Amino acid sequence: MYLVLRQISLAVADFTIEVDVELQSQVTAVFGPSGAGKTSVLDLIAGLRRPQSAFIQLHGRVLTDTANRVEVPTRLREIGYVPQDLALFPHLSVHQNLLYGHNTKVETNHLFSFEHVTQVLEIQSLALRSVTDLSGGEKQRVALARALLTSPRLLLLDEPLASLDMNLKSKIIPYLARIRDEFRLPMLYITHDPEEVRALCDEVLVMDRGRIISRSPAAEPRWSGQTTA
Amino acid sequence: MTAEEWQIVWFTAWVSALSTILILPFGLAAAWLLARYQWPGKSIVETLISLPLVMPPVATGLILLKLFGRRGAIGGFLHDTLNLDIIFTWRGVLVSLAVMSFPLLVRSARVAFEGVNLRFEQIARTLGAGDFRVFFTITMPLALRGVVGGMILSFARALGEFGATIMVAGNIPGQTSTLSLAIFQSVQLGHDADAFRLLGISVVLAFVAVWWSEYFMRQRRR
Repeated sequence: MYLVLRQISLAVADFTIEVDVELQSQVTAVFGPSGAGKTSVLDLIAGLRRPQSAFIQLHGRVLTDTANRVEVPTRLREIGYVPQDLALFPHLSVHQNLLYGHNTKVETNHLFSFEHVTQVLEIQSLALRSVTDLSGGEKQRVALARALLTSPRLLLLDEPLASLDMNLKSKIIPYLARIRDEFRLPMLYITHDPEEVRALCDEVLVMDRGRIISRSPAAEPRWSGQTTA
Repeated sequence: MTAEEWQIVWFTAWVSALSTILILPFGLAAAWLLARYQWPGKSIVETLISLPLVMPPVATGLILLKLFGRRGAIGGFLHDTLNLDIIFTWRGVLVSLAVMSFPLLVRSARVAFEGVNLRFEQIARTLGAGDFRVFFTITMPLALRGVVGGMILSFARALGEFGATIMVAGNIPGQTSTLSLAIFQSVQLGHDADAFRLLGISVVLAFVAVWWSEYFMRQRRR
C-alpha cells in the first residue's frame, strides 16, 4: 500500500472532490475528461492545496491528516511533480534548473545521481542552454530530470506528453518507460491518451466530477463509457 | 554653477537615493503581502498606503509635521530616546520623500509579484525550497523588472518632491534645500538665471535615471 488517500474532500469550482483509494501498482494512470479534478488531486498529494478533509499516507509516512492537524510542508514531502506546463524556471539555465532541487545527500545510492539521471534522459549536452531555447521534447526531459534529481519517493506527472505531437510522443514514451524501470519509482500519471496508458501504466483510475468512477488493470482497461478524445 | 548649487544637486540626489533604498524592504514586504495573501484589514492597509498618492502633498506634509514634531507621537519619542530631531533637518527631507514615494514602489512591486506564475513557486516547493528560498530565487528574479521599475519611479518622485518637503523640512540653504525648493525660491526672488541652471540639472538627472532604467530593462529582456 504505497499511497493511501482517505476521506479526501476538496471543494473546487462547482463540485467537491471526494476520493478514497489505496494504490499499490507502480504506475497508475488517472484518466478522465478535463475538469474532472485530476490535477487537483495531484496538487493535494503534493501539499499545494488545503483540503477540507484528507488523510494521505505515502510509504507508511503520514503527509496529511486533517483530523489530527498534520500537514507536512510541500518541500519535505519527497514528491516529484512535473506539472502540465512543466514550470521550468525561465530565468535559470538548464543546469541551474536541474540542480535546483538536487538532493546530494542520497547521492550514495547513485540511482538519482546527476550523472545517472542526465544520462538516462540523454540531456547531458543541454546543460548550458537556456530553457527557453529548448524544443518541446527537450523541455519534457529536463522537467522530468529536475523532478528525479530530488530523489523523490513518488512521481506525479500531469499530462507530460499532452503538448507534444505524435512523433515526439513516441520518442518520449521510451524515456518514461526507462524511468519506470530504472528508478522503480511509483508514478501517478494523468493522461487523456489510451496509447500512453497501454505503454506505461499498470492500472487505470477513471475520474469524473471529483470521483473515481472505475478502477481496472491497464491491460484490460474499462474507460467507463468515456470517449478517448 | 556655484558651490551652493552643487551642494543642492548632490543633496537632492543622495537623499532621494537613500529614501528609495530605505523604503525598499518595507515596500517589497507590503507588496508581497498584498499580492499573495488575503487577510483582515487588507483593504484598509491598501488604502492607507495609497493615500499620499492622492492627497495634496502639503496635507501629507502637515500630517508628518504633527507626527514627527517634538510634541508628535513619533517625533517626541525620537527626541526623548535618541535625541534625534526630524523637523527642519535633512532627516525631515528623508521622511517626506520616503512617505511620498512609498505608494509608487508598492504598486509596481505588487503588480510584478502578481505577474509571477504561482506554478513556479509551487514547483520550487516540491523541489525542496522553503519560503525564503522561493522568494529570493524564484519570485524576486521573475519580478525584478517591475521592482526596479518601481524603484526608478520612487526615485523620480523623490527628486521632484516639493509640497511635503517644504512643510516638514522647510527650505534651509545648505541643510534642507532640494532642487525643487531651490528652483521655486530662485523664481520667487527673480533670479531666473539660477532657476534655469537648476532646471537644466533636473533635466539631466531625470534623463539619466530614465535612460538607465530603460537600459536595465533591455538587458533583462534578453
